[in-house]
Amino acid sequence: MNLLRLAWKNMVFRPLNSGLSVLLLALGVGLIALLLLLQKQLNENFDNNLAGVDLIIGAKGSPLQMILSSMYHIDAPTGNVTLQQVRPFLNPEHPLIEEAVPLSLGDNFLGYRIVGATPNILEWYGAELGAGRLYNQNLEAIVGAEVAQVGALELGDQFSSSHGLLADDELAEEHDHDFKLVGVLKPSGTVLDQLILVTNQSYWIMHDDHADHEEGHDHGDHEEHEHADHEEGHDHGDHEGHEHADHEEGHDHGDHEEHEHADHEEGHDHGDHEEHEHADHEEGHDHGDHEGHDHADHEEGHDHGDHEGHDHADHEEGHDHGDHEGHEHADHTGHNHSDAGGPISPADLLEEDPTNELTSVLLRFKGRNYQALNMGRNINENTDLQAATPAIEISRIRDQFSRGEQILRILAVVIIVISGISVFISLFTSLRERRYELALMRSMGAGRSKVFGLILIEGLLLGLIGFVVGIALGHFIMEMVGNSLESSYGYNFSGWQWLREEWLLLLAALGIGFLAAFIPAMQAAETDIADTLTH
Amino acid sequence: MQLSNLLLSFELNQKAVMLATQDLAFSYPQGPELRFPDINCTAGEHWLLLGHSGSGKTTMLQLLAGLRAPSSGKILVADTEINQLPPSQLDVFRGQHIGLVFQQHHFVRALRVWENLAIAQQLAGKPVDRERISALLEQLKIQHKLDARPSQLSVGEQQRLSIARAIVNRPQLILADEPTSALDDQNAEQVLSLLQEQAQAVNATLLIITHDNRLTSKIHQQISL
Repeated sequence: MNLLRLAWKNMVFRPLNSGLSVLLLALGVGLIALLLLLQKQLNENFDNNLAGVDLIIGAKGSPLQMILSSMYHIDAPTGNVTLQQVRPFLNPEHPLIEEAVPLSLGDNFLGYRIVGATPNILEWYGAELGAGRLYNQNLEAIVGAEVAQVGALELGDQFSSSHGLLADDELAEEHDHDFKLVGVLKPSGTVLDQLILVTNQSYWIMHDDHADHEEGHDHGDHEEHEHADHEEGHDHGDHEGHEHADHEEGHDHGDHEEHEHADHEEGHDHGDHEEHEHADHEEGHDHGDHEGHDHADHEEGHDHGDHEGHDHADHEEGHDHGDHEGHEHADHTGHNHSDAGGPISPADLLEEDPTNELTSVLLRFKGRNYQALNMGRNINENTDLQAATPAIEISRIRDQFSRGEQILRILAVVIIVISGISVFISLFTSLRERRYELALMRSMGAGRSKVFGLILIEGLLLGLIGFVVGIALGHFIMEMVGNSLESSYGYNFSGWQWLREEWLLLLAALGIGFLAAFIPAMQAAETDIADTLTH
Repeated sequence: MQLSNLLLSFELNQKAVMLATQDLAFSYPQGPELRFPDINCTAGEHWLLLGHSGSGKTTMLQLLAGLRAPSSGKILVADTEINQLPPSQLDVFRGQHIGLVFQQHHFVRALRVWENLAIAQQLAGKPVDRERISALLEQLKIQHKLDARPSQLSVGEQQRLSIARAIVNRPQLILADEPTSALDDQNAEQVLSLLQEQAQAVNATLLIITHDNRLTSKIHQQISL
């Protein structure tokens, strides 16, 4: 019967008193543990997915929404932009931009987002192929580890995408084209685990057909609510001030976000454009053709700055063209609808029809100089595009979060202090009932230090148990919260992660037990045997 | 001092003195000084310490058990002058050599019957001897309540348990404070004989502090205050 056992027995002998103290301490400790876990895992998820993105460019709207949709793949995109609008940023000659990743969003498979992107996105997120190869053709796909596992996908499998960002049976509207799985990524702990990556062009193919398909029966529905979008697109074209405007009216099927029925309603030129598209996709892109169609494709690097003011004709100059013929033509034919060729690069998109749409472009700067830092502001002030800096937006979210967290933390500390008081009261009142037995123990040979130690151990024991229960509680709730976060956002949250800070919590809990027990222990040691037992 | 000490123990040793006091006095703060007669009890003897309420017999018990320090005089228990021991050693000495039976029966309530005896062994610095414990419980006919809580025992059983606790460490001196005053004749007799038997079994000196006249006919060696 050592002191520890005796203390334990004394504790369980008073289950209500001890239970209240343990419960309060556990609540405080659990709340703090939960906050620590949540904060750490949110930060990890934020940080793992920063991917070195310096700037995101997309349609006007909420910058935070754009970042959430384009970097973290939660929330809906702000809208689409035409390839024409973002061409300068895709140009490898851009003096400030080191690299770009054009993104196309809007479809899902089993609720996992299908992202049109150039394969360099893998390096950005530090992801590696676990099996198979990169896509080098349209309608080929690579999937993240989680997607492969949940969808039970294997290399060579075919699957079709659904329109929209969430898996929803009622709204599901499957696309006709099947994707072929050519690669599976290793788990990277980033959002790529939950994505399906395809070429940007795949989106255009799918949604061109999609538009055709819908023409017959779904027309009226969409007319009403698409009108605004349609107009916006229209204005946009005008604003740019070149052939692009006309063109867009005719065959802007690419807006997967909005179903773009505008073209069909207007009716004119429709046939022509269909033919044209058809030719592109089936026969392979011929540069000559391209020129003949007056697509404003061959924009040059030196002009990226004045996107807004430029005259389109300038950019179709012969000398630029020569360059293209020289070194990009091969690429171009290579990736676009034929088997041969190397990895697809953002620059390849420069060869595509500029009326096609993208959702956003992720950018990395060459250096963080003044010009680079001002680029976002210039874009926001002078163009119809929106630029957002992830670092700024994310720190804004963190500020918001940490404010709420601070309040909860204060609450947790208050609970812990109250639990300390509860331990104190519990021990103190129990001393009153127990002074006979403490005196008895003294009369049986226990010195003052033993009695002091006994009460102190009881306090420490309450602290320890409160800590253990609290940590279990915190982790359990984290697991629950994590599961619900996972099911709504796809990110990984786990309650079964242990933090170094939890050792500090242990020290704090023991400290509370010690402090609360100290005065009662002193008093117990002072117990006068003679007065207590005989009178 | 040294000499008188030596003389005293020499004198007492001839009869294997177990408990002796000399010029014992004690005063409560602001109270009158209480003086106590010298006593001399040898091993195995049974004594009564008689006196009516307020005569200071409880104080004398406290002094003899080392629960209070005398203002003057000395107390010898088994050749040890306990009023000279430092507090921590006194606690250990008491645990090992003196068995106490109090008027009211207190136990460590969170512990079971047998554990209350085990803790007495441990606090006295001895190993837990489960055989001794069950033999004792059997003798006192509370073997069947081995695993009960003390609060589940009847008053009689509690009385026996506290006697068991007093003798579990085979003390040389048993001090009992009013063990029979709250009992009827029959029970008083039972408790007395139990105390005497158990004291005899471990050859301990038994000193019963009481104002209960029923006992005076049973124990003839008496000290009156």
